[in-house]
Amino acid sequence: MRKLNRRKFMQLAATAAVAPTIACTKAISQWRFLTLEEARTLEALCGQIVPTDQDPGATQAGVVNFIDRQLVGHLKRHQEDYREGLVGVDQTSQALHGRKFADLPVEKQLAVLAVLEKGEAAGEVWKKRSAKAFFDLVVNHTMQGFYGDPRHGGNRDGVSWKMLGVPYPPIRGRQQYDLTKPGKSG
Amino acid sequence: MALKKVNAVVIGAGAGGGIVAKELAVAGLSVVLLERGKWYTPFDCRKDDLRNQRVPALGSAFGPDDDRYVRVFVDAKGEEHLVRPSDGDYHNNAACVGGGTFSYGALAWRYMEKDFRMRSTYGAVEGSTLEDWPISYNDLEPYYEKAEWEIGVSGDDSNNPFKGPRKKPLPMPPLPAARENQILRDTAELLGLHPFDAPTARNTVPYNGRGACMRCRWCVGFACEVDAKCGTHNTVIPKALNSGNCELRTECVAKEILTDAKGRVTGVAYFDSNDRLQEQPADLVVVSGSATESPRLLLNSKSALFPNGLGNRYDWVGRNLQGHAYAGAYGLFDFDVYDDLGPGATLAICDYNHGNPGLIGGGALANEFVRLPYNFSQLRVPGVPRWGAAHKEFVRKWFKRNIAVHGPVQEIPVFDSRVQVDPKVKDYWGIPVSRLSGLNHPKTLETAKYVALKAETWLKECGAVQTWLKMPGRGLSGSQHQAGTCRMGDDPKTSVVNRNCQVHDVPNLFVVDGSVHVTNGGFNPALTIMAIAYYASDHMVRTWKGTQFRG
Repeated sequence: MRKLNRRKFMQLAATAAVAPTIACTKAISQWRFLTLEEARTLEALCGQIVPTDQDPGATQAGVVNFIDRQLVGHLKRHQEDYREGLVGVDQTSQALHGRKFADLPVEKQLAVLAVLEKGEAAGEVWKKRSAKAFFDLVVNHTMQGFYGDPRHGGNRDGVSWKMLGVPYPPIRGRQQYDLTKPGKSG
Repeated sequence: MALKKVNAVVIGAGAGGGIVAKELAVAGLSVVLLERGKWYTPFDCRKDDLRNQRVPALGSAFGPDDDRYVRVFVDAKGEEHLVRPSDGDYHNNAACVGGGTFSYGALAWRYMEKDFRMRSTYGAVEGSTLEDWPISYNDLEPYYEKAEWEIGVSGDDSNNPFKGPRKKPLPMPPLPAARENQILRDTAELLGLHPFDAPTARNTVPYNGRGACMRCRWCVGFACEVDAKCGTHNTVIPKALNSGNCELRTECVAKEILTDAKGRVTGVAYFDSNDRLQEQPADLVVVSGSATESPRLLLNSKSALFPNGLGNRYDWVGRNLQGHAYAGAYGLFDFDVYDDLGPGATLAICDYNHGNPGLIGGGALANEFVRLPYNFSQLRVPGVPRWGAAHKEFVRKWFKRNIAVHGPVQEIPVFDSRVQVDPKVKDYWGIPVSRLSGLNHPKTLETAKYVALKAETWLKECGAVQTWLKMPGRGLSGSQHQAGTCRMGDDPKTSVVNRNCQVHDVPNLFVVDGSVHVTNGGFNPALTIMAIAYYASDHMVRTWKGTQFRG
C-alpha cells in the first residue's frame, strides 16, 4: 500500500469529516429506500391490508420495515413500482377525498383501496401503470411481511405466528415412534 | 485446452445423474460429474418460508440464481415473457448437488403397470401423443427395488391393491399418524377406499448412517435440518466420490456436447466456476439436466452432421413437456385438525389413478404437506376477500382447522407443449436459453375435475363444514415434475432415445432424467427417474465391458 504522508492524511480526514454534514442536509429517512412520506403512506396502506384488531396487524409487525429492506434486496426490481405507486395512491386519495391517504379515516381509506383493487382509480400515475397491479403487489408483500419469517424484517417478534398458535422455535424430539407395531402406524 | 480424457461425463447431479455417476464409478469407469449448482449441506437448512424451492418469494434457495439465469415463457395468449428462476413461469427445478431431491417432499412412488401402457389402455387421443412406453413395469421392478433400498424409502403400501407387484417390502416403516392422517384414513375406509402410508424417501428410523425424521413443519421445498430426507446428495453421490473414480465439479455450466466427423460424441464444453470455457473429452456422455435443461443442451449442440441439434433429426427433442395437473380440495373443520406433527403427505389412496369412467388416467390423492402461515394466507377461498379484516379473521380462525387433499393428475402429452431454444435471448454465459410454450390437453382437465371432486367428497365425509376445489389451469405445467421432452421409444422417428436411454443415432450419448418419460404417471416422478437411472446404468456398464462404446 502507498504510504500516507501527513498532508494527505489531513486532507482525507477533512473530507471524511465533511461528508456526513452534507448527507445531513437532506431530509433524514430512517429507511433504506423509502422516504419518510412514502413510508407513512405505505404504513397506512399495509395497515388496512392486515389491520390491527385483538391481535397485532401489519403496523405492529413492521411490514414497512420488511418491504423497505427487500426493496434494497431481492425485490429491488420493484423500486420504481413503489416510488410511483405510492404517489398514485395519494393522487387517488386527493381526487376522491381531497386529502392524502395516510390522513384519511379508516372508511375512506378502504374506499380508496376498493377503487385501486378494481383498477379504476383516478390519478396521473395510473394513466401509465396499473393501479390493480400495484395494489396486488402491495397485498402480496404485506402478506409476506406479516406471515413470513421474522428474519426478513417483518413479522416482528413472530406476532402472526403467535396469533395462529404455532410455536417457534418448533418443539424438537416429537418423533413419537411406535416401533412395537412395525409396518402399521399409530 | 482440453482436459484429461475420462470414460464418462455426467451432466447434472440430480435424481438421474447422481445415480448414473455412482453406478459407472463403482463399475470402474472414470467419471466427471458436472453440476451447475452448489453442494449444500444440512447446515444450509434455513427453514425460510419465503425463500425455498416451493416459495421463492425472495429467491430460489437452491438455485439457479436470478442474476444469471433467464428463460422465455410464452403464455396462453402467445405473449412472450422473460422469466427468472424465482418466477413461477420459469418452471424451476432446483439446481444443486442432489437436484430436486435435495429439497423435495420426497414422495417415492412406483408408477403403476398401466402407467407404462397408456395408449393400449385408453387408445389414441386426438391432439395428444399418448403412447406406451417401450419398457414395462416388470422391466423396471428390480430397479425400483434397488432405488428403494439404496436411496431409502419408508412407508407401507401393503394395503394398496392397485400397486404393481413388488418382490420386497419397503426398507423402513411409516411414520405414526398425525391427526389429519388418522381422520383421512378412517374416513377413507368408511368410504370403501384403500388408504395406505405413502412411500417417501425419508428416514423414519436410522438408516444408511443418518437419523430419522424429527417431524418438523418445514419439509417440501426445504433442506432437511437433520438430514433425514434421502436424495442423491446424501446417498449415491458420496458413494460415487468414495469409489475414487468420480470427480464432482460444481458450479459448472454445460455449453454444448461436442461431436466428431463420424457423428460420435467426444466430450462436453462447459464454463467452470470461474466462467472459463473448458473442454472435457470423454468416451461417453450422459445428459441428466432435467426435462427443461437436457433438451436445451441437445438443441444447443449443433454441427454439420446435426444441424438441428443432437437427437433431433425428426424434431422430437423438447416435445411433450409435461408435469402434473395438480387437483384436489380443501376442507374446513369445526375442530382442530392441526397437531404440529410434520411433514404431512403421508396418507394416500390410488383408487382414482385408473378406471375413472370415460376418462383418461387419473392421479394418486394424498394429504398436503404442512401449510405454513404464509402459504395458508395465499389460499384463494371462495367468498373470502384476499386482504383486510375478513381475511385476517379467516386465517386466524381456520389455520389449525383445515385439511388439503390433492394429487398429481397424469397429463395427456401434447406435441406442441415444448422446450425450444430461444433465437434471441441468451444467459449470462451467452448460451441460448430455454423457451417454454404450450397448453394442457383438455382431457387432462376433465380428469383433474373428476379427481378434485373425489377429494372433496372425501373431505366432506371427514366432516368438513366448508369445502372448495383446487383445479389446475390450462397453462403449461412443468416445474418440479417436468418430464417427457426426450421421449423413449423403439421408433427413431417418434422418439429421441431408445429403451436404454441411448440417443437413437449417437451410440455414446445418453439422456437419463425425467425427459425420457413417455408419460408421467399419476405420481411424483422421482423414484421412477431413479429406477430408470439404475436401469440405464446397467446397460451402460454391460456395453462398456463389451465394446467400450467404440463399436
